[in-house]
This record gives sequence, structure tokens and C-alpha cells, in this order.
Amino acid sequence: MSNVWSNLGDWITERTPGMLPMYRKHMTEYYAPKNFNLWYYFGSLALLVLVAQIITGIFLTMNYNPSAAGAFDSVQYIMRDVEWGWLIRYMHSTGASLFFIVVFLHMFRGIIYGSFKRPRELVWLLGMLIFLVLMAEAFMGYVLPWGNMSFWGAKVIISLFGTIPVIGTHLVEWIMGDFLPGDATLNRFFALHVVALPIVLLLLVVLHIAALHEVGSNNPDGVDVKHGVKGNRWSPLAPADGIPFHPYYTVKDLVGVGFLLLIAAFIIFFAPTLGGWFLEPDNSIAANNLVTPAQIKPVWYFSPFYAIVRMVPSFMDTAVWGVIAMFGSIFVLFAMPWLDRSPVKSIRYRGRGYKIALTVFVIAFLGLCAVGTDTTAEVIPAWFGDVDVTFWENLFGRLMTLLYFGFFVFLWAYTYFGWETTKPVPDRVTTHD
Amino acid sequence: MADEVVDHGRRRFLTVTTAAVGGIGVVAAAVPFVESWQPSARARAAGAPVTQSLKKIEPGQQLIVAWRSLPIFIVNRTPQQLATLPKLNPRLVDPNSDVGQQPAYAKNETRSIKPQWLVMIGICTHLGCVPDYKGKIEPEPFDPNWQGGFYCPCHHSHYDIAGRVYKNMPAPKNMEIPAYHFIDDTTVQIGVDPKGAA
Ligand code: HEM
Ligand code: FES
Repeated sequence: MSNVWSNLGDWITERTPGMLPMYRKHMTEYYAPKNFNLWYYFGSLALLVLVAQIITGIFLTMNYNPSAAGAFDSVQYIMRDVEWGWLIRYMHSTGASLFFIVVFLHMFRGIIYGSFKRPRELVWLLGMLIFLVLMAEAFMGYVLPWGNMSFWGAKVIISLFGTIPVIGTHLVEWIMGDFLPGDATLNRFFALHVVALPIVLLLLVVLHIAALHEVGSNNPDGVDVKHGVKGNRWSPLAPADGIPFHPYYTVKDLVGVGFLLLIAAFIIFFAPTLGGWFLEPDNSIAANNLVTPAQIKPVWYFSPFYAIVRMVPSFMDTAVWGVIAMFGSIFVLFAMPWLDRSPVKSIRYRGRGYKIALTVFVIAFLGLCAVGTDTTAEVIPAWFGDVDVTFWENLFGRLMTLLYFGFFVFLWAYTYFGWETTKPVPDRVTTHD
Repeated sequence: MADEVVDHGRRRFLTVTTAAVGGIGVVAAAVPFVESWQPSARARAAGAPVTQSLKKIEPGQQLIVAWRSLPIFIVNRTPQQLATLPKLNPRLVDPNSDVGQQPAYAKNETRSIKPQWLVMIGICTHLGCVPDYKGKIEPEPFDPNWQGGFYCPCHHSHYDIAGRVYKNMPAPKNMEIPAYHFIDDTTVQIGVDPKGAA
């Protein structure tokens, strides 16, 4: 029997010589640092969710009707009449939110362990591109059910481009293919959501992983394992602190997969809308271009960026400043490798100022989330009674916006002018034997 | 082959011209794809004027009609509502409607042809939501001193009863007044200027 397999293996290898070396390079002979912790789960989990979105998405497409007249009904049809349609749709809608949870944590890991720094700048940049495409993918997916929130969400987000001076109005009509979101808009978003962007996303993910495996993974100590001490029990030339990805990390990642699926199953079966956070109630009303939902708020994963649009007031007759600030809040992350100039990667060995600033940044991000999801608009009157809500919300939101951007300014100054006192970084990972 | 002399200048010239011609071809081929996103002939054609009778709109009431799929607000404004307009000037961005958000015949205190009737495109100038009509002069959760007007649910811009935007709001401009005219005392047509006005 084993003879048959190895013969088959030889047969394939003779014809595609690249296959086996590739398997070795990325699996059995990819030596990953041995000290990965919880934070290192999220990359493989993002991959899992991506695959789940593609599979559930393909099956949704089989019953979904991309037209302004038919989209809403076809989603109801999926929910009520298609065998197991509700499950497939809830998997897809829950998957979208989990995708962002996983990706945010994955990015945060990159920040705390300095994984964006030399030599992994390209890994980070490719990751940021993935994040941009993912946001576009999620936004367009959100429009597809053609509920009233889909419609108005599309209108508001597309109008962001209308604030650009001179070309704005035409740009908006070009994106919508009409004077209001309609059939043309829905169909092109469908094409992008289902075909174009998933292809781009897959390509970027392959490049992201290839770029990482070229330079090797970082780790919670921020120690350079690849160029450090050599010799482990598999090879005298391999990094001493490295272990083969397969089977060590494939098995570890399986534990993460189990946890994520457990959480996903809980949400899908017991709270598929998660109290309006994963699926918004106003989206179970069909699109109506004459009635704006009483409360327009983006899905939670867009809320921090969207809050920034709201918090920046118009001046000089234009609303473009808020839009610039919003895009700036994402694009500034691209510059991380050049803003943070500290030679030390991991937060474990960095100065106190850095730790405080990062904490403030997390608070600002969550604060903006609260503003963007209208949580502050509900909480302020509930806690403080009869006060001017708009005033206090703006004050809070603008402070959070300043702190968000302030983090990057501080980080640059702190590391550029050498104000940081770092701790000595060990030359082996701390848990080596 | 081996002893042939390579003319590098010629080779570079051919490489560059091939790349340039190919590049122009790619750009030209992209044009139809980019242009295919423009509003189609059908979408552009669906924009005829709309006629609306005002008879059934009670004082203080708002009616929304669709024109080019845009919500058109028609409000029968009461004398009390009209009286708030001059008082609000200091709280507004553009009290005199200097920004071109209305035809010349509606550039006046009430932003209308007849003071009583407001005819306006009900689209927030921030990011295009449809503001709610909050016509009553009474305290509102968002403004204890509310003078009646429109409130945008999206990012909370406030407008007065003539669609003029308050200061310090996300929205930069007053709401737009469409071309319209009165066919007779109780009928308006939206999308067509009055006779004589350009
Ligand atoms: C790659 C990550 C993806 C993300 C983040 C994503 C996100 C979303 C979101 C947020 C929705 C709206 C949820 C709802 O209300 O139902 C949606 C709907 C949809 N998606 Fe995706 N999606 C992804 C991939 C895909 C792929 C690859 C396909 C198809 C090949 C697909 C097909 C669809 C269809 C047909 C709908 C509309 C049906 C419905 O709303 O239930 N998606 N997507
Ligand atoms: S769209 Fe009205 S305030 Fe933003």
C-alpha cells in the first residue's frame, strides 16, 4: 500500500517538481519560533474565516437575485424556503463580523510585537491592503440584501466621495451608475463582491504569506530567530529556537479553530443578529429611497472610522475634511514601519511611555467605536440626564479622534528623538530549553 | 548568431516604443470599461417634471413626493413657523442663502416663491440622508430650544424651517431648492423654472 502512495508521489513530483519543495518550504521545513502564544492564532483563523466566507458565499449566490426588485425577497426566500438557507446565510453574516474581530486582533498583535518592523514591512503593507479590500468587500456585501440600511448605508458611504471638490458629484454618479443607488449599483456591487474582490483578496493573502515565509515569523519576544543560534533536533542548520510548522503549529492552530467554531456556532444558533450588532434590525425592512431609517449607524466594524467623519465639522463650505480624516485614520497605519523607529520590537522590552500611549490608543479606538455605533448617544442621556447630548458627544468624540491621531504623532516623536528607555532584548526566546 | 553585433540603441528604442504603444492600447481598452459605470441612457431618461396638488396639505404639514427618485419636501408653513426665520440668523451658517443652493427666485428670506410653501430637495448636504421633519416649535432631545425645522438622523445635522443649516453641524450647506413653479394657486410643478426666470 505505502508503495502505491510513494509511487504516486514520485509520479507527481517528476511532472511538477515544484510541489514537494513548496510543501516543505511552507510546512514541514518552515521553522517558526517556538514561543508563539495566543496572539498567533489569529492569522490562521483569518484564513479559516476567509475559506468559510467563500464557501457560504458561493452557496448564497445560488439563490440570491442581484436586482433592486428581487434582492430583498431572495434573501427572505433564502431565510425561509431554501433548505438550510438560514444556516448558510447566518454563517456568512456572522462570518463577516468574526472576520473583523479576528483581523483586528491579528493587526493588534502586529503592533504590540513590532511585527511590522524591518524586515517585515512588506508583510505589514500587504496586510493593510488586505484590510482595505476586506472593508470594500464587507461594505458591498452589506448592500446586497437591499434592506433599508443597505440602501442608506450605500448612499451615505458613496456620498463620502461626493465631498471631493469639483469632481465629487460626477464621481458619485459614476460609482452608483444612477442618481440614487439602484439596480446598476446593486449589480456592480454584486459583481465586485462575489467575483472581483474575492480573487484580489486570495491573491493578496498568498502574497502576504509568501512574504512572511521569506523573512520568517516574528515572535512575542521580538527576537530574530532565523539569524540567531543554529541547530535544533531536526537539522544542525535550522534555527535553534525554531520548530517545524507541521506538525507543531498545525496542531496548535487546530485548537484555535475549535474555539472559533464553537463561538461561531453559539452565535449562529442562539443569537444570529447579536442584538443588532451583527445584523441590524432596520435591514429587515426593504430599501425605501424616501425614508431614512431613524438611526443610521454603520455595522460595528466600520464604526470607529465612521465616527471620525462625524466628529470633524465642515468648514470652508465643504464636508471633505471629515472624509480626509477618516481615510487618514486608515492610511496612517500603512506608515507604521516608518513612524515607529524604536530598535526594540516587542512590547515586553519597550519603554513605559510606549505602553501608556498604546493603552490610550486602544481606549480612543473603543471610544470612537462607541460614538460610531451611537452608544454614546444612548448612554449620555441615560447617565447624565437632561444635558445637551450633541455637545457632549462631539466633545468626547473629538477628544477620542485627537487621541487616535495623537498616538501616531507621539510614537514617531518618542522613538525619533530617542526619548524611549528600552530594556535589553535577550538573544534567545525566553522559553528556550 | 554569436558574432552578430547587438545594436543596443536600436534594441532600447524598440523596447520603449513597444511598451509605449502597448500602454496606450491598454489605456484605450480600459476606457469602455470605466465608462460603462456611467449612468445609462435609461437612467438619464427617467427625469421628467412632477406635478403636485397642494390642496390636501394642512398648515404645518409636510408632504414628500419623488422627483428623479429624489425626495421633494413640500411644507405648508404656518405664520408661527415663518416668524422663527429672522430670529435664527445668528445661529446659521448661511442665513442669506449666499451659496448657490437655490434658483435666484428662491434666494430670499423664506427660500421660496410663496412664503407659505417650502419646496425643497430633502437631502442632507452632509452625506445625503433624508432629514426628519420636526416642524413643531418645542423642546427636542437634541435641542431644548428647538425652533422647528429638519433633523438629520444620520449625523445629527439641524436645519431650520427653510432648510438653512445650523452652525457647527457636519452638513456644510443649506438644503437645495429645486427648480419649480406654480401652475395655479394650488398646484406646483417640480423640475421646471417659472416662466421668465432662467
Ligand atoms: C471575503 C470575505 C467576505 C466578507 C467579509 C463578506 C461579507 C458579507 C456581508 C457583510 C454580507 C451581508 C450580510 C447579510 O446581511 O446577509 C454579505 C452578503 C453576501 N455575500 Fe459575502 N462576504 C465575503 C465573501 C463572499 C464571497 C466570496 C461570495 C461569493 C462567492 C459572497 C457572496 C455573498 C452573497 C451572495 C451575499 C448576499 C446574500 C445575503 O445577504 O445573505 N461573499 N457578505
Ligand atoms: S447625512 Fe445628514 S448629517 Fe450626515
